Amino acid sequence: MDTLHSRMSPLRRSGRHGGDALFKGLTAAFAVLIIALLADMAFEMARTSRLSLAHFGWQFIRSTNWDPVRDQFGALPFIYGTVVSSLLALVLAVPISLGASIWLSEFAPGWLKTPIAFLIELLAAVPSVVYGLWGIFVLCPLLRNVVEPLLGKMFGSLPLFQGARQGFGMLAGGIILAIMITPTITSVSREVMKAVPNVLREGSFALGATRAEVVRMAVLPFARSGLVGAVILGLGRALGETMAITMVIGNRSEISASLFSPSYTMASVIANEFTEATGDLYLAALAEIGLLLFAVTVALNIVARLLVWRVARSPV
Amino acid sequence: MKTGPATATNGQPTRPTRGLEELDASSRDLTLHNGARASVPVPEGKEAKISTEDLRVYFGKTRVLHGVNLAVVKGAVTAIIGPSGCGKSTYLRCLNRMHEITPGARVEGRILLDDQDIHGSWIDPVLVRRRVGMVFQKPNPFPTMSIRENVLAGITLNGLRATDTDGVVERRLRQVALWDEVKDNLGRSGSSLSGGQQQRLCIARALALEPEVLLMDEPCSALDPIATARVEELIHELKESYTIVIVTHNMQQAGRVADYTAFFYMGELVEFDRTDVIFTQPKESRTEDYITGRFG
Amino acid sequence: MNNYRYRRLIDLSIRGACIAAVVIAIVPLVLVLTYVTVQGLSGLNLDFFTQLPKPVGETGGGMANAIVGTLEIVALASAIGVPIGILAGVYLSEFGNNRLGKSVRFAADVMSGVPSITVGLFVYGIIVLRTRQFSAWAGAVALAVLMLPTVTRTSEELLRLVPDSLREAALGLGVPRWRATLKVVLRTAAPGIATGVMLAVARVAGETAPLLFTAFGNRFWSASINQPTASLPVQIYTYAVSPYDEWHRQAWTAALVLVVLVLLLNVSARWALHQRVRAS
Repeated sequence: MDTLHSRMSPLRRSGRHGGDALFKGLTAAFAVLIIALLADMAFEMARTSRLSLAHFGWQFIRSTNWDPVRDQFGALPFIYGTVVSSLLALVLAVPISLGASIWLSEFAPGWLKTPIAFLIELLAAVPSVVYGLWGIFVLCPLLRNVVEPLLGKMFGSLPLFQGARQGFGMLAGGIILAIMITPTITSVSREVMKAVPNVLREGSFALGATRAEVVRMAVLPFARSGLVGAVILGLGRALGETMAITMVIGNRSEISASLFSPSYTMASVIANEFTEATGDLYLAALAEIGLLLFAVTVALNIVARLLVWRVARSPV
Repeated sequence: MKTGPATATNGQPTRPTRGLEELDASSRDLTLHNGARASVPVPEGKEAKISTEDLRVYFGKTRVLHGVNLAVVKGAVTAIIGPSGCGKSTYLRCLNRMHEITPGARVEGRILLDDQDIHGSWIDPVLVRRRVGMVFQKPNPFPTMSIRENVLAGITLNGLRATDTDGVVERRLRQVALWDEVKDNLGRSGSSLSGGQQQRLCIARALALEPEVLLMDEPCSALDPIATARVEELIHELKESYTIVIVTHNMQQAGRVADYTAFFYMGELVEFDRTDVIFTQPKESRTEDYITGRFG
Repeated sequence: MNNYRYRRLIDLSIRGACIAAVVIAIVPLVLVLTYVTVQGLSGLNLDFFTQLPKPVGETGGGMANAIVGTLEIVALASAIGVPIGILAGVYLSEFGNNRLGKSVRFAADVMSGVPSITVGLFVYGIIVLRTRQFSAWAGAVALAVLMLPTVTRTSEELLRLVPDSLREAALGLGVPRWRATLKVVLRTAAPGIATGVMLAVARVAGETAPLLFTAFGNRFWSASINQPTASLPVQIYTYAVSPYDEWHRQAWTAALVLVVLVLLLNVSARWALHQRVRAS
């Protein structure tokens, strides 16, 4: 450390100021680490599952036979469970989320906006396992005792609503997923609608449109692809959700048309069976399910962000 | 003593940077990059503190400063005037090597501080900037630091040790006529002051490092007239101890504060002389056109 | 004017539908929080915070090890993830307007959407398999990976908000770039970054899936971070899916503690942000 007056010394560089290059290199290394981690994730999962990949090939996603005892692994039931529960979640969550985000963006009085938006964001702050706990002891009994008998009586002719009612099952899973993805879809939709230029709204207002018509004529068409992106982001979140759905979906690998019957998702089977998996093939099969999940959610994520970016003009 | 004509790279003769016949006794002769001879005019009896020889600046492929030969006189105020985009700020920032921050900026020629070329890559720009300080157009005190910490920022951020920091703070704040206004609460954030006070704080901060040269890039353009007057007063006092170069788009300001004035136009130094000469008997028609307001 | 009345009606019904949507969205939050509070309060006593879990069938006991375990793992995870994330954010903001920067941002965005259970699988592969045991620090690494994208992007955004004039001021004083970035730019952006970090920490504190195959769980105290460690979320899960009423009761209490912890972090982070936005 030199003093203020000692810098009358010559101006030549000393080694001390190589600090800049070192700093840039260090921060760059950490930044690159992120790319490396992502790549390694993909690589690791491929590696751990290669036994199963080699052994089963495409049969893996076509077969419904999941039999650890006989070393037979077909992932179709889990794929079915994941896809159907997530789609059900979308069916329930999208109208709610879009309605809420439109209200927050276009209709809400200023003083209400922040508290309501905050409450919806709090939905995302509650840990997944707490939702699962609530699901087991509150939602599922409610479904078993009240909702499902009602649905069975009213729509029993549809295969969707037939069969034994335990509360735990696809419907419970769909509902809980819907609750959990609502904040995601809502907040991204709000961002997208914020990006709609105000001049478009003003143009419609000037023509004498009601607020709802302004939304329909000016906001939604412009925001459409971004809203689709928001929904896809919600779908991605639903596909990857583990704890809450494991706790309410029943965890039985069967494929059934009824919403009341239990099911099994990809994330759930991994969570339940991974630590007890005996045998390399078993582990590899579970890892392959994880790889599938990873690949699908990454792909959806990329598509969704491209769509949102097109409207919002900035990475969200 | 006449100066020889300088030739530009395309072979066309450029206007020589003449003038100063009545002042010039010793000019520094030099050879330009294209082999032509030129000289950097230095007023008689005066010393050049910081000067540039054949300074060319490129942004990417575009050349924005064309061979500037200018000597800044020690212990005086030199103003750089000219229309927007003429390269005045670019030139100023070369003098403390701040141009390097802009990506794609390239400099050729020599920049001399007390006859030492500060431009080479073997010279540490950080050390240059401790001897050549800078004040910017928009006052920029550090918002997370108090007034006291702002004054000492140059010292503390550089890890230097100074004895009697309280004394340093008081002396510098008195120097910029800010002491009486803030002495009761030096712990206040730097950004809680008015614009003019903030700018004077930035000047105090620059002075705390005891530079030899002070560069000022349009220091008053963001200030109201009263604050401007106080900063100009300050410049008058400071020139006793420092060499000052001030870029200004306000000609009247140059007339008020500067001993010497350089007129830049389209990346060239068109004319350099004592301020009173530039404004009353300019030698170049372009200079005359500018100061009479034929173009801005 | 029939048409106009009709349009007004449509407008009102759409508004009504949207308000209904908002209410439906918020109802589960209220329900969950209420149940957790009501059910959890009954089991809240000193024992819960100080005692270890009792064997199956016995009443009483607590989750002291899980609470400490969560604090330990989250602290470790922050110690790993926060510095890396902030420095990566520094790179993106100060030097990152190039292809490398674009790729890093893209990777961070993709990573933030990866299911947390796959992160658990990943860390299982690179750490647990190699060290041949479950450990607290493996769990911490998994959580660090989860928080990394958020911390990085938040840091970058906030550093970009620092005006260039401050960087110039520091450089003009002859401060080398690295010192100017750390001591001026980072310091100016620090409050905002702290908020972002708190939110990221709140999110990973509640994660269960990544801990299932990394920290695993423990009925006793863990002697070191190299051993399987109990954590609140995993404990809640284990107890909730068990057939024992006593364990169910404790699961609610644990959920209450976890929710309070997470909400406290969340709310104070947002409140601090709100205060600063108001002050500026």
